[in-house]
Amino acid sequence: MSSNKQEWLDTSYRKSAERPVRFSTLSDMELEPLYTPEDVKSDYATALGNPGEYPFTRGVYPSMYRGKLWTMRQFAGFGTPEDTNARFRFLLRQGQTGLSTAFDMPTLMGYDADHERARGEVGREGVSVSSIHDMARLFDQIQLEQITTSMTVNCSASVILAMYLVVAERQGASWQRISGTIQNDMLKEFIAQKEWICPPKPSVRIVTDMIEFCTRHVPRFHPISISGYHIREAGATAVQELAFTLADGICYVEHAIERGLDVDEFAPRLSFFFDLHNDFLEEIAKLRAARRMWARIMKERFGAKNPRSMMLRTHAQTAGVALTAQQPLNNIARVAIQALAGVLGGVQSLHTNAMDETLALPTDMAAMVALRTQQIIAEESGVVNTIDPLGGSYAIEALTDRIEHEAMEYIKRIDEMGGMIRAIELGFPQQEIAESAFRYQRQLEEGVKTVVGVNKYVIPEEIPIPTLKIDPAVEELQVQRVRKIKRERNQSAVREALKRVAEACRSGENLMGPICEAVRREATLGEICDVYREEFGVYTDPAWL
Amino acid sequence: MTEERRIRLLIAKAGLDGHDRGAKIIARALRDAGFEVIYTGLHQTPEMVVSAAIQEDVDGIGLSILSGAHMTLFPEVLRLLKENNAEDIAVFGGGIIPPDDAQKLKEMGVKEIFTPGASTQDIIAWVKENIRPRE
Repeated sequence: MSSNKQEWLDTSYRKSAERPVRFSTLSDMELEPLYTPEDVKSDYATALGNPGEYPFTRGVYPSMYRGKLWTMRQFAGFGTPEDTNARFRFLLRQGQTGLSTAFDMPTLMGYDADHERARGEVGREGVSVSSIHDMARLFDQIQLEQITTSMTVNCSASVILAMYLVVAERQGASWQRISGTIQNDMLKEFIAQKEWICPPKPSVRIVTDMIEFCTRHVPRFHPISISGYHIREAGATAVQELAFTLADGICYVEHAIERGLDVDEFAPRLSFFFDLHNDFLEEIAKLRAARRMWARIMKERFGAKNPRSMMLRTHAQTAGVALTAQQPLNNIARVAIQALAGVLGGVQSLHTNAMDETLALPTDMAAMVALRTQQIIAEESGVVNTIDPLGGSYAIEALTDRIEHEAMEYIKRIDEMGGMIRAIELGFPQQEIAESAFRYQRQLEEGVKTVVGVNKYVIPEEIPIPTLKIDPAVEELQVQRVRKIKRERNQSAVREALKRVAEACRSGENLMGPICEAVRREATLGEICDVYREEFGVYTDPAWL
Repeated sequence: MTEERRIRLLIAKAGLDGHDRGAKIIARALRDAGFEVIYTGLHQTPEMVVSAAIQEDVDGIGLSILSGAHMTLFPEVLRLLKENNAEDIAVFGGGIIPPDDAQKLKEMGVKEIFTPGASTQDIIAWVKENIRPRE
């Protein structure tokens, strides 16, 4: 046997032929032909630790999937609240274990269904919710104390959370006991997803109000899901996804501490959301690096004492951007590989995309195959039988170290700029991402990177698959519903409640109390967001190219 | 020999959709390919798109829509162009658009629809072939 890696490379490896391809990850990190014990310098106890122990590299819980499988949480939402309620109940009957709500664009941007800007968008790519009545229809016959609900909504999240809380109140469910997650990560909106109302500073103030409110009144709810998903989907590399997400997290923690909260009071309820892209090893390493970095940041930078404050608990979703419109059935294989990376990376909750999502929202059949993919991993593949089975792999550990190192370099740069809000104002993360997206596209077109069925193994005639159609009558129905509410409610009670929201915007009082009251009095989502527009101003996109 | 004027294109994000990865990549690739490209930024109404196209005197509009609102926003842009006697501005686009909708949009007058996976080279070639400077 050759005595060390270099000797092996020089004597054995170089003599054999290499295929003429670039051996690099999807994010274009070049990999070495082999990783050996020489590449793993770190000490087991300090760099890895056992599962459930600092720095949580091997998993946040001691028993991981032997104790409890991840939550299978399929993102769903389209059409009227009744349509989505039916899909929710279908998924629950199929063995799904948590709900995840997709809202339509008007709801996400804080417009009612009857707003001019909502034309053509109502119920199209999510469910339309303009009022407390829509929210009540959405969760009809679903007991909010019995299920955990995730809601993907950001700039209008404060209103949606208030509606959810009022629906819970009307069901007789206790705010002390209900649990779930609201995405509510505005920084990544400015960086990547681009759904916003007001500029970054007031946006982060609203987020902080929600963290404070949930800490005090809805203690089991996760008031934010700090999200790398959208950052990655917009074109970031794995390192950028990780770095910008944790830098966003740092910014929220700083604001909550500034608000007067003790770090150990709120940090255990922070949650995360990462992308699961095609590169299997890179994604597993990214998730392991994420846990270790967050643990160290919370302990060393913020002085957290409760280990729960240091645990990065995360939802993950397979990469929408990796799905192809060409030969869509191939997406089932992609999603399975991505989901497996998530499970080997130790996620707490998972969404698997449906194979038809580059064409439209998923059909029932496609949604079921996506859920079944998770069930096959959980109950057939055997990977859940032992914890972090890839821990100790030379390649995985070396990649984990490298991703951590590179992501920390980015975080240092952002700190030097004055933090994430300043970095966003300078356009730094946005331009880094656009650059990566363009570089990847060029590699794809030059054939350096392969997408099966798109730039290789192309077939001349595509075989069509069925797609979900949204009935255009949805829009008209939702428009009529919100108009009826606006006609029939007690107008002076609504006016008064909206005035209270505006006052809280100005005084700095926590907004959630006044918003809950406005929702109870049938103020609509659009009306409450109009108060934000008026009080905080509207953010416009700097149209960099 | 007279030099042909460079083709001017407006790349637009219409509706509330914020997914601008594709629009930005395509705008940049078209610019690198020698076209004059104006990018509108996000959240444009059909009125804003058409008014920018006319003011900027473009030869074509590339609309990017990933929010499912394509059957409303494309026809509205076509209608407004016609209303403004500018229907000779070619409209093309891309996004999450099922094949049967793409077919209907083409029948209405949209010149081409590109879906995920389309290469920037294909789009550049199509623009060279199909978009001419307006009179």
